[in-house]
Amino acid sequence: MLEIKDLHVKLEEEDKQILKGVNLTVEPGKVHAIMGPNGSGKSTLSYVLSGKGGYEVTGGSASLDGEELLDMEAEERAAAGLFLAFQYPVEIPGVGNMTFLRTAVNAQRKARGEEEMSAGEFLKVIRAKAKTLKIDAEMLKRPVNVGFSGGEKKRNEILQMAMLEPKMCILDETDSGLDVDAMKLVSEGVNALRDEGRGFLVITHYQRLLDHIKPDVVHIMADGRIVKTGGPELALEVENNGYADILAEVA
Amino acid sequence: MAQSSKMLQIKQDVTEAFLADRALPKGAAWANDARADALARVREMGLPHGRDEYWKFTKPDSLVQLDAPKAALFHNDEGPLWADVDSLKIVFVDGVFDADASDVFALEGLKIERLADVADKDIHWAKDLYGVLETRGQDAVQRPLAALNTAFATDGVVIHVTGKTRKPVNLVYLHKSETSDATLHHCIKLEEGAEMTLLETGPAAARFNKSLEVEVADRAKFHHVRVQGRDHERRAVTGIFTRLGTESAFKSFTLTMNGVLTRNECVIELTGDDAIAHVAGACVGDGKDFHHDDTVFITHDAVNCESRQVFKKVLRNGATGVFQGKILVKKDAQKTDGYQISQSLLLDDDSQFLAKPELEIYADDVICSHGSTTGAIDEDAMFYLQSRGVPKAEATDLLVLAFLAEALEEIEDETLAEGILERLEGWLARRAR
Ligand SMILES: Nc1ncnc2c1ncn2[C@@H]1O[C@H](COP(=O)(O)OP(=O)(O)O)[C@@H](O)[C@H]1O
Ligand SMILES: [Mg+2]
Repeated sequence: MLEIKDLHVKLEEEDKQILKGVNLTVEPGKVHAIMGPNGSGKSTLSYVLSGKGGYEVTGGSASLDGEELLDMEAEERAAAGLFLAFQYPVEIPGVGNMTFLRTAVNAQRKARGEEEMSAGEFLKVIRAKAKTLKIDAEMLKRPVNVGFSGGEKKRNEILQMAMLEPKMCILDETDSGLDVDAMKLVSEGVNALRDEGRGFLVITHYQRLLDHIKPDVVHIMADGRIVKTGGPELALEVENNGYADILAEVA
Repeated sequence: MAQSSKMLQIKQDVTEAFLADRALPKGAAWANDARADALARVREMGLPHGRDEYWKFTKPDSLVQLDAPKAALFHNDEGPLWADVDSLKIVFVDGVFDADASDVFALEGLKIERLADVADKDIHWAKDLYGVLETRGQDAVQRPLAALNTAFATDGVVIHVTGKTRKPVNLVYLHKSETSDATLHHCIKLEEGAEMTLLETGPAAARFNKSLEVEVADRAKFHHVRVQGRDHERRAVTGIFTRLGTESAFKSFTLTMNGVLTRNECVIELTGDDAIAHVAGACVGDGKDFHHDDTVFITHDAVNCESRQVFKKVLRNGATGVFQGKILVKKDAQKTDGYQISQSLLLDDDSQFLAKPELEIYADDVICSHGSTTGAIDEDAMFYLQSRGVPKAEATDLLVLAFLAEALEEIEDETLAEGILERLEGWLARRAR
């Protein structure tokens, strides 16, 4: 599904290499987790995959179901089925959350040559999905993420994911800033979307999210590379011993 | 302002050349006097020159040249604005009243007359308003084009509002001649507790000079929503002059789209305690031939009044926006709450926003804030939208409308606001994607 080969990325404005040859393949139906120290390049990987500016790909490739991602505009990647739940969701004053989501859903449908969702149908679907994430009507009406608490922002990300039904979901530290209840809510939202056709790449620091969203594969990223790959037990090892042992072992 | 004698000479020459072939209209004695006084003011000040303090950002040349520069008519397939709003419609074609196209001047709570008729009457209340607020508006800043308007205007509406009116008065300005040079002057007097909504729409003329004098008595409310649209080559200088009584309210919103030169002046005097004045503007300009200027002067001369200026401009492809806004708080105007924000969203590096925000405060117990910003589309917001599948052009439109939202929120009536939003969406949709 998602295939990343020897991906090298530097900053556009600076001579700073951030990703130094990332290899990673996520199969349909699988949940892959990426863990790693701060600054190792996890967010950069998620941004480069989803098409954020400011980075320059200096080598390698990334594809989704065989389609080369790196040549596409950000919106084309979204329409192709890629979704990024942001580590820091962006506030957009003046744009209503509902308007935003309906515009997004219909833009993707249009790009795929599908029929647009009517206002009525959209309302019905979003209400149901918002309810399971405990997002009330008031929050849907407010401007995108403006005045939302950290937890509300993250729930809003999952709501967007549920509405857009992407093939490949990347979650960047969706657990950060969440209390135990919110973590459960968000995890349930993610788990409800798990199915055999959908892939997940879950970036996190902590084992606790992985207690709720059980990964099939765990990668450790350090200094712009995947330095170790293993099963769920690898996350436990990090939890117990930190990254030091692993990093020393691969150095 | 001190002017060098050479500058004065240049201005006088331009002014005399402009006035040479123009004769003052004749009417009743009071009107003749008002016009003669206004002409004297024009002569004394001289027509505006690019070196004048408040004309540095906006070249007045095309406004003071003898003939109106030609302005092509512009057609698009837009339906009528506010089609579903019940209003009393008054139509002017290139500044000339069109009786056939206008509704009968009958509306409970107010009386409408034409300036053309009023100026011939020996006795009329308009005597105490026509040119009076304009003259007061000359106190701090010279506004020669407004004096010129008072001197030469022959048409416009004169409205006496005595009750709460049920529907808006809708002034529709049509532009049908490529060379029209139009002057209109409206006077509105709201008696104590009276209320009215005034709408103004349309490109009006190739060159348009319009004044609106509004006297708002105690506890009266005046609402004003205006759309200056469409024709790319039109020029306009407009002035609003208003004075507010105790607990009265004045709210004015203007949408400006296209236009090679638009200068909107607004002079507000808060003279009764606890009065409220809001003036807002949204403007969208495309191309280096777009120039839009808001020049506002608000004087607080009473206790516990609130004033609010919200101006937002979206500029692209080399368009220019100007904002000159001043709040003057006089010594005894304690508890003044004055707010002023002027912001521009520049969609490229060629466009520019020139701002001159001013505060002058002599009272000590006041809250006054002002801010002026120039910015581009927020890249993080843009990426966020794109990452959700919204194409860049559509995302830009969303962010443009979001930027203008604060100004549009100043329109109290939802139906009127929706009409404005539709016009903006239409304008955006017509831009190349
Ligand atoms: N736009 C940027 N400008 C400057 N430095 C950046 C930028 N993006 C990433 N970096 C740097 O790249 C490295 C990786 O950052 P990031 O991908 O955010 O790591 P992680 O998500 O693993 O904490 C860090 O050293 C960070 O400072
Ligand atoms: Mg990160």
